[in-house]
Amino acid sequence: MSAVDHSRRFAPRPVRAHRMHLAWSDPRLRNLVWQIVIVGVVVAVAWFLISNTMRNLEARHVATGFAFLGRVAGIPLSETLLPYDPAVNTYGRALLVGVLNTLKVATIGIVLATILGTLIGIARLSRNWLLSHLAAAYVELMRDIPVLLQLLFWYLLLQNLPGPRQALHIGNMVFLSNRGIRFVLPAWQPAYAWAAAAFGIGLVVTLVWNRIAHHRQDATGVKPPVWPLALALLVGAPLAVWAAFGAPFVLDYPALKGFNFQGGGSVSPEYGALLTGLVIYTAAYIAENVRAGIQSVPSGQAEAAAALGLHRGMVLRLVTLPQALRVIIPPLTSDFLNLTKNSSLAVAIGFPDIVAVANTTLNQTGQAIEGIAIIMAVYLTISLSISAFMNWYNAHIALVER
Amino acid sequence: MTPDTGRQRPVETVLGPVAWLRANLFNSWWSSAVSILLLYVIARWAMSFIGWGVVDAVWSVPTGPNGPDSALCRQAGAGACWAVIGDKYRLILFGRYAYLEQWRPAIVILLFIGLYGISAWRRFWRWELALIWLGTLSVCGVLMWGGVLGLEYVPQEEWGGLPITLMLATFGLALAFPLAIVVALGRRSTGMPAVRWLCVIYIELIRGVPLISLLFMASVLFPLFMPEGMNPDKLLRAQAAYVLFAGAYLAEVVRGGLQALPRGQYEAADALGLSYWRKMGLVILPQALRLVIPPLVNTFSSNFKDTSLVLIIGIYDLLTSGKVAMADPRWQGFGTEIYVVLAAIYFVFCYAMSKYSRGLEREFGHARNR
Repeated sequence: MSAVDHSRRFAPRPVRAHRMHLAWSDPRLRNLVWQIVIVGVVVAVAWFLISNTMRNLEARHVATGFAFLGRVAGIPLSETLLPYDPAVNTYGRALLVGVLNTLKVATIGIVLATILGTLIGIARLSRNWLLSHLAAAYVELMRDIPVLLQLLFWYLLLQNLPGPRQALHIGNMVFLSNRGIRFVLPAWQPAYAWAAAAFGIGLVVTLVWNRIAHHRQDATGVKPPVWPLALALLVGAPLAVWAAFGAPFVLDYPALKGFNFQGGGSVSPEYGALLTGLVIYTAAYIAENVRAGIQSVPSGQAEAAAALGLHRGMVLRLVTLPQALRVIIPPLTSDFLNLTKNSSLAVAIGFPDIVAVANTTLNQTGQAIEGIAIIMAVYLTISLSISAFMNWYNAHIALVER
Repeated sequence: MTPDTGRQRPVETVLGPVAWLRANLFNSWWSSAVSILLLYVIARWAMSFIGWGVVDAVWSVPTGPNGPDSALCRQAGAGACWAVIGDKYRLILFGRYAYLEQWRPAIVILLFIGLYGISAWRRFWRWELALIWLGTLSVCGVLMWGGVLGLEYVPQEEWGGLPITLMLATFGLALAFPLAIVVALGRRSTGMPAVRWLCVIYIELIRGVPLISLLFMASVLFPLFMPEGMNPDKLLRAQAAYVLFAGAYLAEVVRGGLQALPRGQYEAADALGLSYWRKMGLVILPQALRLVIPPLVNTFSSNFKDTSLVLIIGIYDLLTSGKVAMADPRWQGFGTEIYVVLAAIYFVFCYAMSKYSRGLEREFGHARNR
């Protein structure tokens, strides 16, 4: 940026000002020369690094390329969402399992951290001194301790639990041992899939009806009731489908067999520690953003809405929250991104996420460049997707001015 | 919002602890229930924590023929075993540094803390501060390495503990900050689109990937990038990755400051005929950086916490030395105590930073709202 730049932008433009002079006093020539120099230096450094790498790879007889993805991996993975057998499946599949594990932690972590963070953020604004100060202490404590240390701490706690035979338990529903958490779960029935399908269809119909109701309210001033239809479609229809299949319902209780539990749902100590640590750490950041967002709405807004005769729930839903969300969403996006990126610390406690799997892969095959490129590509894709979605949502709720 | 009682409540004029309790803890049925529940939970938790950490705790153990004997900690009913800290605190703080020379890293720790203290003091916010940093960091280097002034030489492989954490954070900051300023200016440049795009790619690429992948890159890939025979040590490589990482985040904060400055400042500097670098150095940056000091301190604090990630590539920082101390078979099973102490050390540094940043924010806010 220079003096001439500005005059060009703001002053009436003289004719033929665009021609560049071959003189060092012309800022556009200077800019051009500097750009060529800087880009040249960057390219030269990149060339230097790449040629070194090529020479080193040749000297060490390391293969390049992604052919290793098709070879049998032989990496045992403790947790898989896809069927996976280390003796048969390839590195490509192992990495895919790792990506799915990362997504599993990130998705569930984001949902839980948002809920916990919102509750704590609201608690910080409570008029109850004890509640608000407790929430503030939580935020301060969690934000000032490294997340890796917290993860290791939770993992140690879960590992120090008694063995399966002396497991802490609530009846025969939930068992907590050093092998993780086991809990009772309804056994899967084909009828559930049909009930879920009915719920999905009901959801779509309800949303459409809600939109129609909105339009009718805009046209006539009277909003046709939505909730009876919603109740019928979202609760009634799935229940009816389930009943039509004879209402099958069997609980799958965990039971001690040999040295470990069988049956029921389970959470491994690694996954449990990772999820707990990430949720507790990120919730502290989300709480701060929620608090700041709610405080950013002037109190006059809520008072004016109350003066219009809206009751408290409507004030919150129609006036305070939409304005607070505009302030909350951008920092919330970066909290979500941080949680996703921090899930890479799984490698420190042995949860097979993409970083752990790729790290093992690059140690076994020696193809470090490809391994790290895969890690970076996966995270860049996830980061860009979250940013894109949150930007779309932010634009959706943004204030439309004139 | 006053409750709908039909008539005006009298103004509460009662003062003192009872009135405070009524206003802040028991101002409604709901609030009273929450207060009582929380008081109960806090009391129970505090009692069991004090029982574990103070009353039943074992503060020291007798020394047997082969070192300290932790049997006392393993008795039924024993609480926290703080004796493990008494036995291991030098390992945790200084790592494998030569035992008799450990006063040197101790002084380095104090110098770093002093450096932070001086930098936080507004009287020292002037360019001479850079000289103070340069001087202190050189003294730290001399103390750690030795080999001159009659100090015994200690190779870098033997360093460890808190000095490594502080060095990673401090050198990372000292090097990332100038980088961040240059990149932020590059990203804002209007006349040089190629440079702007380079800066955008650098910032977005770094911010899109986790620090771990950069550290892996430093530990695994860096040797491949370098010509044969040129191989900087692991700590230096990790430091480089850390600088690149911190630089991208700091650049975004600095850019925030550059954007927040009114355009009149840029135009006035142009009107005076200042060259680009004089305009930035004399007019823009002094104001823009001052605007973003509170978020900068927050970024420093999160960078400080992020140094703990070097554990994963096997660098001997504070967290790693804590884990090494835990691995001692004599003290097996007392990891919780060590984690609590490590957390306390990290907490003290980060809490000081966040407290300071909030204080500044309030001060700047007052100055703006005057």
